[in-house]
Amino acid sequence: MLLDTPSRYELQQLTSELNALYAELIDDDRLEEWPELFVSDCVYTVISRENFERNMDSAAIYCDSRGMLVDRIVSLRKANIFPVHAYRHILGPTRMVSTTGALAKTQTNYAVLMTRTDGHTTIYNSGKYIDEIDLSGERPLFRSKIAVFDTNLIDTMMVRPI
Amino acid sequence: MTDTALPDENTSRTANGTGRRVPYRVFTDPEYHAREQEKIFQGEAWSFVALEAEVPEAGDFKSTFIGETPVIVTRAADGAVHVVVNRCAHRGALVCRELRGNRPNLECVYHQWAYDLAGNLIGVPFRRGLKGQGGMPGDFDMKQHGLKQLRVGIVGGLVFASFSQSVVPLNDFLGPLVVEHIKRIMHKPIKVLGDQRQYVHGNWKLYAENTRDPYHASLLHLFHNTFGLYRSTQTGKSLMDSEKRHSLLYSIAASNDDAADKQAYGDSRTFDTEFKLQDMSLLKGRQEFDDGITLVILAVFPNLVLQQIQNTLAVRQIVPKGQEAFELVWTHFGYADDDAEMQAIRRKQTNLIGPAGLISMEDGEAVEIVQNAIVGEQQATSFIAMGGGRAEDADHLVTEGAIVGFWDSYEKLVGFGTAR
Repeated sequence: MLLDTPSRYELQQLTSELNALYAELIDDDRLEEWPELFVSDCVYTVISRENFERNMDSAAIYCDSRGMLVDRIVSLRKANIFPVHAYRHILGPTRMVSTTGALAKTQTNYAVLMTRTDGHTTIYNSGKYIDEIDLSGERPLFRSKIAVFDTNLIDTMMVRPI
Repeated sequence: MTDTALPDENTSRTANGTGRRVPYRVFTDPEYHAREQEKIFQGEAWSFVALEAEVPEAGDFKSTFIGETPVIVTRAADGAVHVVVNRCAHRGALVCRELRGNRPNLECVYHQWAYDLAGNLIGVPFRRGLKGQGGMPGDFDMKQHGLKQLRVGIVGGLVFASFSQSVVPLNDFLGPLVVEHIKRIMHKPIKVLGDQRQYVHGNWKLYAENTRDPYHASLLHLFHNTFGLYRSTQTGKSLMDSEKRHSLLYSIAASNDDAADKQAYGDSRTFDTEFKLQDMSLLKGRQEFDDGITLVILAVFPNLVLQQIQNTLAVRQIVPKGQEAFELVWTHFGYADDDAEMQAIRRKQTNLIGPAGLISMEDGEAVEIVQNAIVGEQQATSFIAMGGGRAEDADHLVTEGAIVGFWDSYEKLVGFGTAR
């Protein structure tokens, strides 16, 4: 455990920091480090609000292991062809929804701005993260992260994690 | 409208080599766009609008588009599927403002004109006025003021609609090859798994080309090659209906051996390459069809693609948004009797397709790099000749024959000449 009996305030600090680091690794294109923020048998889902609220499975991205996250990144680097772009995540405050033992459930609003080589910045994707964060180890890790996006038209394509 | 023949269209096949030339202005000029709305989407064609499974119960509705025209697909109390234009007969407001839902009738919020699910006008507030004042004229006939009702045809649970009273019946429009392959995939009740919506900044016809183009598959989409998953023993065909409007691309696994195909095929079929998937479960699937076909891209003119890629099943509906953009709506489905393992397989393999699909995401970019390169171009043409440059079937995938077929059909319906 990180802390013997972490206060709600301390838990919020830890989980907020994890989300901030998550965004930083993606935005700074340190994608190879991004899977390290997840436990090995994690679940990572990027799904439209339209499907999520209907309890439908179809997700833009659905990975149920850290290996699949790594495969996504290797594919991005070596296989996929896409317009050159950068993300900028703008995160809202992380709210503690509940804690059970060493597992914290949190929710965080996000917006991802995209800048392409023509210099224009657009709101590429906005939504909320529904997270389960494992606090049993030396540092907090995502057990599950679901990005539920409101932006129901994916502009051109989606290659980078949200 | 006077058509002026493209200057070198007829001679190009011999003068500059055999091949089909398509003027790039068809992708940018608003005049073509307006003519397509008239001649194709509101003309002599059937457009895909929904899966029957999207409106299973009486009162279910779905709003969508044919070309750029908003339409509503409904299921009436008697079980019949209706398609009506989503525009109030009074002053033109959208009658249905939600993507989907269920209601006993359709009601315009502006003045509360109400229609039944077939589009017949059933209520007009203050029709006889209020306290003897106002009201509709005495000769107002409710029967004359319904929502515009379209012809509806259903094949294998796929709902099509047409504005035309003279278009050939749906089965004839599709032709036996297309009907056979729709029924192959839709051979038992399906279950909708969700939608994915992609906005592509390019003309819709560039996507019509893309889905009739087996030539690009292993060249643009590098996922399989990169991870050493390419199966060189796989064979394929490019076939068309007799009118060359539609295209069937399929490939068949070399092995039709059930036991072999039931395995996760990563372990036994990878080549030694630098990169390996860490989690091979992505490609673990089941053989669902006895014919050994593992990939079907059925491009149905003008706005539908029905696909089977491994265990992913989906329809893709093309919705033009002006001449320089379109929305692509992917509706994923499985079968109603899928067991838990099959549901898990489909869920995971969805990673392969759609706007974030590991083997499909590049198509959006491919469309856009063409659109960006042809801005304002009035004279230049593409050159389509792989496989011979004619609208001919092929028992291989090194061909662009189905793209030529698309353009031959387009020329008949819309023409390549401009009025200017």
